[in-house]
Amino acid sequence: MTTRSKSAGGALALQILNHVALGLVALLFLFPFFWMVSNALRSNAEVLAIPVRILPSVFQWDNFAVTWTQLPFGRFFLNSLVVSGSVTVITVFVSCLSGYAFARLKFPGRDALLMAYLGTLMVPAIMLIIPLFLIVNSLGMVNTFQGVILPVAFGTFGSFLLRQFFLSIPMELEEAARIDGASRLRILVSIIVPLSMPAIGLLSLFTFIGQWNNFLWPLIVMTGADNATLPVGLTQFQTQQGTAWNYIMAGATLSMLPGIVLAIILQKLIYNSIALNAGMGGR
Amino acid sequence: MANISIRSAVKAYGPLEVLHGVSVDARDGEFMVLVGPSGCGKSTLLRMIAGLESITDGEIEIGGRVVNELEPKERDIAMVFQSYALYPHMTVRDNMAFALKLARRSREDIEREVNRAADILDLSQLLDRFPRQLSGGQRQRVAMGRAIVRNPAVFLFDEPLSNLDAKLRVQMRGEIKALHQRLGATMIYVTHDQMEAMTMADRIVVMRAGRIEQVGTPLDIYDHPANSFVAGFIGSPSMNLIDGVVRSTDQGLVLDTPHGTTWPLPANATVLAGAKIQLGIRPEHVLLDTAGVEAEAILVEPTGAETHVQMRVGGQTLTGVFRDRPAIAAGARFRVRPDTARAHVFDCDSGNRIPARS
Repeated sequence: MTTRSKSAGGALALQILNHVALGLVALLFLFPFFWMVSNALRSNAEVLAIPVRILPSVFQWDNFAVTWTQLPFGRFFLNSLVVSGSVTVITVFVSCLSGYAFARLKFPGRDALLMAYLGTLMVPAIMLIIPLFLIVNSLGMVNTFQGVILPVAFGTFGSFLLRQFFLSIPMELEEAARIDGASRLRILVSIIVPLSMPAIGLLSLFTFIGQWNNFLWPLIVMTGADNATLPVGLTQFQTQQGTAWNYIMAGATLSMLPGIVLAIILQKLIYNSIALNAGMGGR
Repeated sequence: MANISIRSAVKAYGPLEVLHGVSVDARDGEFMVLVGPSGCGKSTLLRMIAGLESITDGEIEIGGRVVNELEPKERDIAMVFQSYALYPHMTVRDNMAFALKLARRSREDIEREVNRAADILDLSQLLDRFPRQLSGGQRQRVAMGRAIVRNPAVFLFDEPLSNLDAKLRVQMRGEIKALHQRLGATMIYVTHDQMEAMTMADRIVVMRAGRIEQVGTPLDIYDHPANSFVAGFIGSPSMNLIDGVVRSTDQGLVLDTPHGTTWPLPANATVLAGAKIQLGIRPEHVLLDTAGVEAEAILVEPTGAETHVQMRVGGQTLTGVFRDRPAIAAGARFRVRPDTARAHVFDCDSGNRIPARS
């Protein structure tokens, strides 16, 4: 009895310790977001004031309205949406096709091609910026949406991620579909893709947020002020007269919202898909 | 409905040949069971019929048409998989309708066919459920329903009952057999369970290591196994196989074993003194006889209808099945003899049956 009480007490202490540790890590991750919102709600002078205050002395809610109206923020928002949405759609589409080919089709040199394809992941993205710009420039795509979208839409990561997921889908489902009369494309569309929604959801989320936050490539390719995406547009608050940190923070806060909404939507989708897959194969 | 003709079918994966020129015919409307131990090539052969595996050499005909180069959908077959392979994101109705939708059948057609199959298999109440909401037996029936709606010439079953518990397996065995009688279609059924093969088949194909060992009706194979492998594989508990050398005595031929025991041989056995043979005795043909060979019970397993007794005879372990509940406990000593009229004799080297004099 005493031993049992001791072990129950130990388990409780361990659980508390776990929660405290998790809480601390969560705080560590959440603090930059809190600091962004906190700075978005104060005057620029207070952002730079020493000593630092955790909360604003006066909550300046109109910073958001100023940010939205002082720059063509709506336009930036739309630009970001077009670029991120297009890159996400193209990436998922291409990754589904190539991931399926690498997972299921048998053709000479498949594995070598996959290795070479994966090898491109080893090349730092920064090294590709100048060659890519030269290509885009020679194609006359500088300051166009296709110039921002196409070079980043054909990534290796998505193909690899989906290939790995497709490999985990029981082959018998595909064979059953073949006997039912489905073509390869039909199998991909009607069987593989619906069963891969967790991976496709994740890929969509990562791609969208990655592009939504992408700064360097749009900065280089989109030379016109009106064509800027959100992260690039926000730099217009940095002038020779100084930097409006509070507006930049307000803009950054606003720019986070689509990503958060998408994450919430896709999280539900991912959970549903996982629950669905619990019955996979009818076992 | 269609007959299937397999002629010298070979399957090789690179240098590794797993099927070595198999030839067998399934008649129109026949229920044929491919049975054998794991790795014998039975599932590979079934998948070659289905078109899921290419045919390295030889020919497969379905309904008089060579199908070697045809896609699975062009072979007029349906297949039920071991894991059922139900599409988990589709309802029962959609699972069953999938093939018909792909064939661009009209909506009314699809509904009629799905409802017909659901009626046959008692699935009408489950049409809007997802596979994860079904029990093992219900999933099995949906898998069969998916096959039925297509009204194929040939049904292929790849160990469809392996994932079910023992009771449900017996029930589903009956349902599949009833389905065959109702539809009258040609069915090829793969199993490693010889009991399933015996109870369901019109004819059994026993396979080992990529070759066919014997083809015949269940009782023919049981009563006249072509070799010691078939004799040991078909029947549960397995046939007792006793190695020894034939000796001629005044009472007739007997078998002397290396363990020092002597067994009487069938009077019509066509073997000569000095030949090395295997004597095969089904467990139910081991008889208690005070004039027999001494045995010691190792394990006694009453099943209700019968009592299975594992016994040590000389240095060998044999099994006997007795219907009259003998008073034998583990460790007990008693004497047994074979029912020689129903014993089998196999050549020791080739394993082939040595036919009796008629």
